[in-house]
Amino acid sequence: MIEFFRKQAYLIDFTMSSLLRRKGKNFGLLLVYTLIVFMLASVMLFSHSLRKEAGIILQQSPEIIVQRLVAGRHALIPAEYIQKMGRLRGVTSKKGRLWGYFYNPVVKANYTVMAPDHLDLSTTEVIIGAGIARTIGLGIGDYFTMRSNNDTFSFQVKDIIERNSELVTTDLVLISPKAYRVITGIPEGQFTDIVLSVRNPREVRKVAEKLVQKLPDIRPVLREEILRTYDSIFAWRQGIVFVLLIGALLAFVIFAWDKASGLSAEEKREIGILKAVGWESADILHMKFWEGIIISLSAFMLGYLAAYLHVFYSSAVLFESVLKGWATLYPQFKLVPFIDGLQIATLFFFTIFPYVVATIIPIWKASVTDPDAIMR
Amino acid sequence: MFLSPAILALILVSAVISLMLILASGFAIQVLQKWNINSGSELQLNLERRTYLISTLLIWAFASELISLMLFIYNAESMSGQFVGAMCATGVLNVNEWGWPTLFLKIAIFFSGTIWLALNYLDNKGFDYPLVRVKYLLLLLIVPMVITEFYMQTRYFMEMNPDVITSCCGSLFSVDAKGVASEVSSLTPRQAIIAMYGSGLLLMLSGTWYLLRNKGGLLFSLFGLTAFITAIMSIISYISLYIYEHPHHHCPFCILKSGHDYAGYTLYIPLFLATSLALAAGTISYWKKIPSLNSSVAVYAPKLVYLALIFFNIFYILATWWVWQSNLTMESIWQ
Repeated sequence: MIEFFRKQAYLIDFTMSSLLRRKGKNFGLLLVYTLIVFMLASVMLFSHSLRKEAGIILQQSPEIIVQRLVAGRHALIPAEYIQKMGRLRGVTSKKGRLWGYFYNPVVKANYTVMAPDHLDLSTTEVIIGAGIARTIGLGIGDYFTMRSNNDTFSFQVKDIIERNSELVTTDLVLISPKAYRVITGIPEGQFTDIVLSVRNPREVRKVAEKLVQKLPDIRPVLREEILRTYDSIFAWRQGIVFVLLIGALLAFVIFAWDKASGLSAEEKREIGILKAVGWESADILHMKFWEGIIISLSAFMLGYLAAYLHVFYSSAVLFESVLKGWATLYPQFKLVPFIDGLQIATLFFFTIFPYVVATIIPIWKASVTDPDAIMR
Repeated sequence: MFLSPAILALILVSAVISLMLILASGFAIQVLQKWNINSGSELQLNLERRTYLISTLLIWAFASELISLMLFIYNAESMSGQFVGAMCATGVLNVNEWGWPTLFLKIAIFFSGTIWLALNYLDNKGFDYPLVRVKYLLLLLIVPMVITEFYMQTRYFMEMNPDVITSCCGSLFSVDAKGVASEVSSLTPRQAIIAMYGSGLLLMLSGTWYLLRNKGGLLFSLFGLTAFITAIMSIISYISLYIYEHPHHHCPFCILKSGHDYAGYTLYIPLFLATSLALAAGTISYWKKIPSLNSSVAVYAPKLVYLALIFFNIFYILATWWVWQSNLTMESIWQ
């Protein structure tokens, strides 16, 4: 056993020195290889973290959102619907929500306005998201203005929402329910939608089913359905980018094939000499195998590391707009680093696997050549 | 159909491996017809040279097959959020009728691959390549498996229909119509315990018998395979219950998750390793009568048996330990 390892160690040693003898060629290959890994890994890390982030955020959202439909469109829901629902087994709380969007023509952006009843806000106070504060340049104590039909309302900024939840709160405006009704003109006794909390996840579907039977004009939106949709959308976007990158991958495979098959005269002579001094075909194959491993692993690690830095420290500047979507009040956020086996195995199959497949045949051709045929 | 990178990778790998093996099978047919070690013809020389290429190709193909097996399970695990009623990999494999067959084929290909590689290794030790025909005949048997796997896997992924919200105004509430069964049917724990430890005992006995008398290698392999099957059944039937500490959760995949201390890896890695070693040991030991292989068999077969026994023991100890340290008590229920 020890002999085996020793032999491999000598082979690696020899391979390293032979690689370094042809710096230009090998660094060229390494560079292209690293770039391929970098691109694919960036896309994967980025969209994977977005998926995770969406999942984490939705963990706190209510299990069921009930919306009322009028002629197939979302309409305000009367407060008596909460009574109409009656007691539903498994539902721990029912609450009407007031929220909507507000377009500000000055900054050309949409705010999400919410009127939570658990916050102790007076009618003239407001809490705003960090994105709004940044765009308009507001601080705590400043005045924030919203224009409705004819009137203009001013609110004093009581607080700015912390940065760590910026992905969802960047464009958020929190005001008191009373002020919300005045600005939007929604009468008392009406809500935007109703949210239900259900303790046991297995009962969610049953509760939704009962709701639809009781109140035919509503539509329940389940948290798990939203999560599922996010999951597939991000997976799909990632897939699209990968399909686009397959062209680059193919180019890389051809490049690797070419590099491996176009052995220079010097390399051929080297193999000839090695065989003449007693190396077997299997030894040459081993050496070439180590060469492939060394190049692949360095490219993989360098590429992955670069992608990691690119995604988690520079917020993926290169792919951001494709994968994340785009908006004026876009949140600035740092993603939580997240790596898993699935990503690494997938990446392996997209980079190292094609490289190996492309180089096996040329390498074999080189290894079985007769020494005298080369050196003659 | 989904377009996620992991699925693209799995399909890509299956396609490439199938291509590689078709390439190799063309060569295998040539070997079966024209191999003649005593001839010095150019054809024979070419064939001998090409064996290097084929064995390198196959080592890579089978190694990739192993990684793709893992990726397949990881992928099923990660997609569980995208189907109504699927809680983990089991649910995703149940999404259509191709899921489980694909998984079983992948496992079968992995074990066939280890047998082939063992045969190949042994063959290369003999100066006259005595097993070359056997080896390539076996390869021709593996090729249809790999192609079927490619077909099944592609069907599996193509026929997946995600339950997602298509747009904000679409119909949002989809009633769980078909319902994905999330549990695997299972043996009663008593039968499983008897089967697992019984087959383990038989395995130990046959292994020791082989080490002492140099006989019964194939029997050892057979017991190894039985032990593998009973072990998987036991994991589903009762070991997983103790790991989850939940009397009705039988899933063989959730134990791979971090929430259960990655217990699955401590069971599956020794088990798969031990089984492939046992299969390799049996395969090798069968050829001891061939003069040019005699000495190699005498060296390698006992080593493999020894290692297989060690890993099987590790598996049994760990399996027992997971059950023993668990807080779940089922005594009065199972009798």
